[in-house]
Amino acid sequence: MREPIELLDSVPEQELLSQGLYSCPGCMAALAMRLVLKGMGPNTIIALTTGCWAVIDGPFPYTASKVPLLHGAFGTAASMARGLRASLDIQGKEKVQVLAWGGDGATFDIGMTALSAAAAYNEDILYVCYDNEAYMNTGGQSSTATLPGVQTTTTTEAGLTGVRKKNIVEIMASHNIPFAATASVGYPHDLLKKVQQAIALKGFKFIHVHTPCPTGWRLPPDEGAHIARLAVQARIHPLYHVLDGQRYVIDFDPQPIPVEEYFSTQRRRLKPLSEKEMAWIQKDTDRRWQTVVNRSKEAVS
Amino acid sequence: MERIIMNGNSAAAYGAMLSRVQVTAAYPISPQTGIVEQLADFVASGQLGAKFIMSESEHSVMASLIAASESGARVFTATSSQGLALMHELLHWAAGARLPIVMVNVNRAMSAPWTMYCDQSDIVAQRDTGWLHVYCEENQETLDAIIQGYKVAEKVMLPVLINMDGFYNSYTTEPVIIDEIEKIDRYLPPYDPPVKLDPEEPHTLHGGTGPHLFMEMRYKMWQAMEHSLTVAREADDEFGRIFGRSYGLTEAYCCQDADLVLVSAGSMVGTLKEVVDDYRSRGEKIGLLKIRYLRPFPTQEVCQALASARQVAVIDRNVSVGMGGVFWQEVRSALYGSNGAANKPVLGFLAGIGGRDVTPESVDKIIEMARSNPPQDVPIWVELKV
Repeated sequence: MREPIELLDSVPEQELLSQGLYSCPGCMAALAMRLVLKGMGPNTIIALTTGCWAVIDGPFPYTASKVPLLHGAFGTAASMARGLRASLDIQGKEKVQVLAWGGDGATFDIGMTALSAAAAYNEDILYVCYDNEAYMNTGGQSSTATLPGVQTTTTTEAGLTGVRKKNIVEIMASHNIPFAATASVGYPHDLLKKVQQAIALKGFKFIHVHTPCPTGWRLPPDEGAHIARLAVQARIHPLYHVLDGQRYVIDFDPQPIPVEEYFSTQRRRLKPLSEKEMAWIQKDTDRRWQTVVNRSKEAVS
Repeated sequence: MERIIMNGNSAAAYGAMLSRVQVTAAYPISPQTGIVEQLADFVASGQLGAKFIMSESEHSVMASLIAASESGARVFTATSSQGLALMHELLHWAAGARLPIVMVNVNRAMSAPWTMYCDQSDIVAQRDTGWLHVYCEENQETLDAIIQGYKVAEKVMLPVLINMDGFYNSYTTEPVIIDEIEKIDRYLPPYDPPVKLDPEEPHTLHGGTGPHLFMEMRYKMWQAMEHSLTVAREADDEFGRIFGRSYGLTEAYCCQDADLVLVSAGSMVGTLKEVVDDYRSRGEKIGLLKIRYLRPFPTQEVCQALASARQVAVIDRNVSVGMGGVFWQEVRSALYGSNGAANKPVLGFLAGIGGRDVTPESVDKIIEMARSNPPQDVPIWVELKV
């Protein structure tokens, strides 16, 4: 445990991102970074792997980041963060926070082994995955964060015979790291609170931020935050956190809406699902939620 | 100063310790594993005040070292063969990012078929990644090359790859001099880069770059590599003045009046020296050119050493399938159009591929074949069993 920090009750005014981002209009990944940096403060270094954010920050010599930012090869956010941590520690700069930042492709897919190793060694890092549910930087190819039914540019079979989204927070919690959480750009206070909770803890912290992508999901640019909220309400992306891989805490227990209602807002990225497929997805969503609920009720000594 | 009997892997670990590396990341692969094991021992025992990152792949090793170097630490690792190949993407990244990383490669032939024995095909395949490439003949040279490597790398801001031959160097014990750390500190001061990741002075590094600037960045790299010829010569001279050992970018042995000059790199050079001595004792004019630097290629030294030779025989322990040995191509390329050294037969021999021993008798055969004026446009496979 570090020195206790005072949890914020409002979003800090301090902006650690400049205006003039190279994001698409309405980019939720850009908003996620803005919020996370507000939570982390200026004494932070970002290890940034390939993905939308490698573009969003701007081309050389421009940068949106007011904290040091290291661009790196695809899938290397966790490994770069380990290197930064070691380098800072040996130079006596233990107080500098390291933020590893990667999209769902960089995290669920190509960076998975590196991420798992950094977690297993409990490196003192906060890893944030912004999840737009496909390789959006290259135009929307399927990743293992893609939901069944989503028709990406590389989907050959949308539906239950295709990819089923990995449960990344459970994977990370299984490493018994101090803090593994979901968050959403639709709930900025919750996200900010989790960033603050995370950096107060020493060791590996992981936050999975849901960032619906208006461009990739073929939505109007002002729809992102609204869709993000619906994803939470449909329990497609429930908000909870896991302490030490053991203690489950539900952060928000909304009046649920059916997954079908959530999906009905995204007809342009989904193939028409059969009744059977829809029923399976709803059942799977309910089962995942019930698992979290059950675990949150377990007493941990 | 003390003299310790050790194998090449230990010599490399001592080289890193004496260079006071601050971060090392490691992944096991034979025949390199002894290096990172010994570094772990040095860290665990407190002899080396460094952070030791145990990685889950060589790709991650290099990614961690890149970030550690960007934030101001002196970093080191070692690898081999398939591991080096797995790093390939990040070797380009490290050089493009202009980071003074030093890495030892204990070479090993590339699979398939599955193998773990010596040849240089792994490292020559990384020739064009923008790293300096140094080939060592023996264990003392490997240790010294690491210390010199940081001296050069931190001046030109390019990474350095140091090669030792798997088995022949890595597992062969020889006496190695360990100099006083105070003396080494005077030669190699702490690493203090002009730009590093630091919240006190924020920078964003390596953002997207288009055609309007990329070429100029590559040209800067080119200039740094060209400059590294001078820097490496100076670093070696200074090393010689302080420690009494220097190696040059090449070593010309009995070349001046030679009819035939043998050219090679790595552990095979030791055998070649013995053979040259033997022929010289019988009055036969054979010479030897040892190439230490593949990048930057020491064209000047090579042309000078081969100026008076009537015939050149390059012996490669690697093969670029479809062309021949890489050192053969490099030597031919350097000589072509050079003043005085061009227009002589440059033969390419392929020997010891996949770890087969190259004995003095093998070299006898090479010399015999060379004297028979064989074709110059195709490589000659030595002691091939077909």
